[in-house]
Amino acid sequence: MRYSVSRLFVLLVLTVMSGMLSSCGYNAIQQNDESVNKAWGDLESQLQRRSDLIPNLVATVKGAADFEQETLTGVIEARAKASSVQLTPEMLSDPQAMQQFQSAQGELSGMLSRLMVVVERYPELKANQNFRDLQNQLEGTENRISVARQRYNGAVEVFNYSIRMFPNSMTNGMLLHLKPKEYFKADAASREVPAVNF
Amino acid sequence: MIFKAMQSIIQRLPALCVAILMLLMLPLPLSAQDIARLTGRVNDYADMISGDVEEQIDAKLQALEEEESTQIVVLTIPSLEGEVLEEYSMRVVEDWKVGQKKLDNGALLLVSRDDRKLRIEVGYGLEGKLTDLQSGRIIDNLIVPRFARGAIDEGFLVGTDAMIAAVKGEYIAADAPPSDDGSGGSILPLLIMLLFIIYFYRQVPRSGSGRGSGPIVFGGGPGGFSGGGGFSSGGFSGGGGSFGGGGSSGSW
Repeated sequence: MRYSVSRLFVLLVLTVMSGMLSSCGYNAIQQNDESVNKAWGDLESQLQRRSDLIPNLVATVKGAADFEQETLTGVIEARAKASSVQLTPEMLSDPQAMQQFQSAQGELSGMLSRLMVVVERYPELKANQNFRDLQNQLEGTENRISVARQRYNGAVEVFNYSIRMFPNSMTNGMLLHLKPKEYFKADAASREVPAVNF
Repeated sequence: MIFKAMQSIIQRLPALCVAILMLLMLPLPLSAQDIARLTGRVNDYADMISGDVEEQIDAKLQALEEEESTQIVVLTIPSLEGEVLEEYSMRVVEDWKVGQKKLDNGALLLVSRDDRKLRIEVGYGLEGKLTDLQSGRIIDNLIVPRFARGAIDEGFLVGTDAMIAAVKGEYIAADAPPSDDGSGGSILPLLIMLLFIIYFYRQVPRSGSGRGSGPIVFGGGPGGFSGGGGFSSGGFSGGGGSFGGGGSSGSW
């Protein structure tokens, strides 16, 4: 009886190991890499969507709040800068490139928050359906960005683990040479509420 | 006597370890205690909607699904308990998966009673019609004014009518892909289960020497195959649709 249980045990271990060792993770790594790229694509398209909303937003605000020229200009410039910093999938492993991209997007987020704060001073703007529509769209987009970012980071976590765990780490070291990807963190600047001087 | 007991435990140990190993390998759901269970199209956990209005809304939502395969559901909760509305909303739709799998045509109207907040969460497939703009307008112009003056039932009726009107015509029922129950889980537990079955059947003829490790093992098996959440007694379940964070929030 004990003989058959330990045989069972051995068989179990072998089955588990064979599952783990299937192609030493080569295919799994490739798949995870693609997931990361796809998630990045989703995130980028949401960031682009936000960027596209801005001209309309600026024009609407300008109509009612022409005094806020400085803030509006700040938003326009931040947008231009964010558009100029591109991050292709190959660059996802580069911490510096990611940092640059993140801070450009973060600055834009900060500028937009500031604009929304400033707009509070103009009740006629808040009553304007057009403006409210844009505000809803902007909030919707920010939420989408948040979701896309979480999913991207999730995909990165899976990928990074898959190249580090044994035995995939050997496959990566000898064949693929893929580097771990960087997470897209919410930039610190975008999280602080900007001070607006009235 | 103690020695004998210990001896029997030690003899059972390998089987016990194997059983534990098997349990650990079975897919375990993440514990997310706060997500309400999907019991139907209108899930009024906060008791905000009166009975007959609930039935009316349910009937309309059911008709929509039958005609167009689009799944809209309503959820009211007493409180968010400190969680951010949008985050809770995403957790709900990721668990419930309303909307059909390939079409992603699902939407959720979520109201948190004590926080006085609400949100319309829109699936990928409905974002073309039920845009952020539309959701925003439904909330700001239709629902919030009514909630603010206490006309809660009316708010829900008008809100769901507007959501239905916005998405109508987007899909037809024939678009819905055939439902598949595939859990898509790892095949490994299944393999091991089969091995156990083979080995235990070989043991059975040798009666008297077989140990009682059978029950432990089989107890761990069936539990692992129940699929993800979203199944209810009412026969309504999410179709596997996914969400991207589109929609709009408001408060009253």
